[in-house]
Amino acid sequence: MLKEEKRFVEIDSKYVPRVKVKDRVWKIDAEGMYYKDLNSLLRDMCNKGAEKILIRNVCGQRYIGTDLNAEVEIDIHGTPGNDMGAFMSGPLITVHGNAQDGCGNTMNDGKIVVHGQAGDLTGHSMRGGQIFVRDDVGYRVGIHMKEYKRKIPDIVIGGAAGDFLAEYMAGGVVVVLGLTLGECERCKARFVGTGMHGGVIYERGDILEVGKGTKLMKVGKRDMQVIERLVKEYCERFSADYEIIMNAKFHKIVPVSKRPYSKLYSN
Amino acid sequence: MRNLSMLTNPYNDDKDFDGCSIFGMMNVEGKRFSSRDPIKAIANMHERGNGLGGGIAVYGIYPQFENYYAFHIMYLSRDAKEKTDRTLATSFNIIYDEEMQTRPAKVIDPPMVWRYFVQPRKRRLGKMTADDYVTEKVMQINTETGKAFVFSSGKNMGVFKGVGYPEDVADFFCLEDYWGYLWTVHGRFPTNTPGWWGGAHPFNILDWTVVHNGELSSYGINRRFLEMHGYKCTMQTDTEVLAYAVDLLMRRQKLPIEIVTKVLAAPLWSEIDNMEPKQQQAYRAIRQTYGSLLMNGPFSIIVAHHGEMIGLTDRIKLRPLVAGTKGDFLYMSSEESAIRLVSPTLDKFWALRGGEPVVGKLRNPHKTTSLEEN
Repeated sequence: MLKEEKRFVEIDSKYVPRVKVKDRVWKIDAEGMYYKDLNSLLRDMCNKGAEKILIRNVCGQRYIGTDLNAEVEIDIHGTPGNDMGAFMSGPLITVHGNAQDGCGNTMNDGKIVVHGQAGDLTGHSMRGGQIFVRDDVGYRVGIHMKEYKRKIPDIVIGGAAGDFLAEYMAGGVVVVLGLTLGECERCKARFVGTGMHGGVIYERGDILEVGKGTKLMKVGKRDMQVIERLVKEYCERFSADYEIIMNAKFHKIVPVSKRPYSKLYSN
Repeated sequence: MRNLSMLTNPYNDDKDFDGCSIFGMMNVEGKRFSSRDPIKAIANMHERGNGLGGGIAVYGIYPQFENYYAFHIMYLSRDAKEKTDRTLATSFNIIYDEEMQTRPAKVIDPPMVWRYFVQPRKRRLGKMTADDYVTEKVMQINTETGKAFVFSSGKNMGVFKGVGYPEDVADFFCLEDYWGYLWTVHGRFPTNTPGWWGGAHPFNILDWTVVHNGELSSYGINRRFLEMHGYKCTMQTDTEVLAYAVDLLMRRQKLPIEIVTKVLAAPLWSEIDNMEPKQQQAYRAIRQTYGSLLMNGPFSIIVAHHGEMIGLTDRIKLRPLVAGTKGDFLYMSSEESAIRLVSPTLDKFWALRGGEPVVGKLRNPHKTTSLEEN
């Protein structure tokens, strides 16, 4: 598509009063808007080549950004609903507020940046792309993440994580920085990595209780490259101090076995 | 209030893909406020329900009758009403009774709903406490005809529930006319029990109410245990046992909430094994004594009675519950967005940890006033 054409985005007449465009940024007022309307509007905009979209007054609308596979930047002001970015493949979603449960559910590619907390099930079954959360996350974050060849999803958690972090994890990278914890305080997370059989969790300091079937290891040179790359981006996104964050000892948690239940279900 | 559901789902094509919604809002100074905010908040979580149940519990609504038990009774037949009226007249002094104010709304097959303000007859009480007497009579009415159900039986509080979305149930009962200092609201998604008027949440006995998101797979064993203590389960759904369990533990056995939460959502045995010996002994004793009141299965609940609102999730947090405070208000909700809708800025916001309660108490339990009066 030619660059010139991208300026003209046709939208359904019923959304016209909600949409404003300025400097090629499409602004949507989502107050009281039903989630299907909002998502079909986003789909229309992406199909017609919008590059930057800003949504205001979001309050609980679900599935924002779902099934979008364009390189578009979406800024969300307010509290997006459950399963934000589910199945999406490409967009960069920035949330100025907290994300609810299930953000990044089965996402394939793209990026979610949350300037606040994220709820339970963040990055559930994620298979590609990245999620950056500035503060704490809820339970079951990264449950059943997976990777394939060079397609490796990342979740970076600035604060603390909840129980069942990376449960049944099959691939990918989870980094827990624990910046919201006090000195010597650990995450109150039980059952970290239960059933994990692939992928890796990096913790900053000694903040996670290692679950059954996983082991704690020292980080190597390659691990540090991954951590440095992700922490650098975390610091850029949230204006945090790289030196302070890196001035700590990192550990990695990996599964003991690639088939933890093989003996349970077969000989 | 009337068009909230049109606003929240103009397509009217609700699919089955989610759990119930719960919302609680309390003014800890005891100042009464209208249904506007709680109903607006629950309507924002419309997608979580499926229109087969909605209900509201509200505290502080009948100050002019605060010394009398307020019964809300649904009748599925006129005969049942006649029979129940006779039972009521022999057991209680009926101070005032009326058909509850309702209006046509998007609810399904509404029954006849009647309100009574009653006082137990002294001569009939004997050695029983008034609360125990009322509990017994409620059980009697609920089982006697099979067509009359007391869905609210506390003093100066009321439960309003039915089959429809919560915002429509509120519309049906004209809730804009009521003022309370504590509201809990529920939008229902019945999973494996019928969607009928009695089966909607909140469940109530005396002034105890429970709204619940989840499913209690331990219902059978909980029910048998409660039957031994005189509670009869008639609402055909799991959550009823929670209301009776809380009444038994907190009102009759006077256990503090800290212990009650350890009964309902007991720590896992593996955690108990790692405790200090003394603590271990206590937790083992609780699990052994009240094993039959352990609520197994996924749940998040808001329990309320006069002066207190308690939020709790199951021990491994299979259902969501978040809380926030703003000034004198405490909010609890299945989703953060519902809280933000009525209070965009919060002093504090957090997600509950599994098995750890949040308790909101009135600062001065004996003083409740109306926000309008101030």
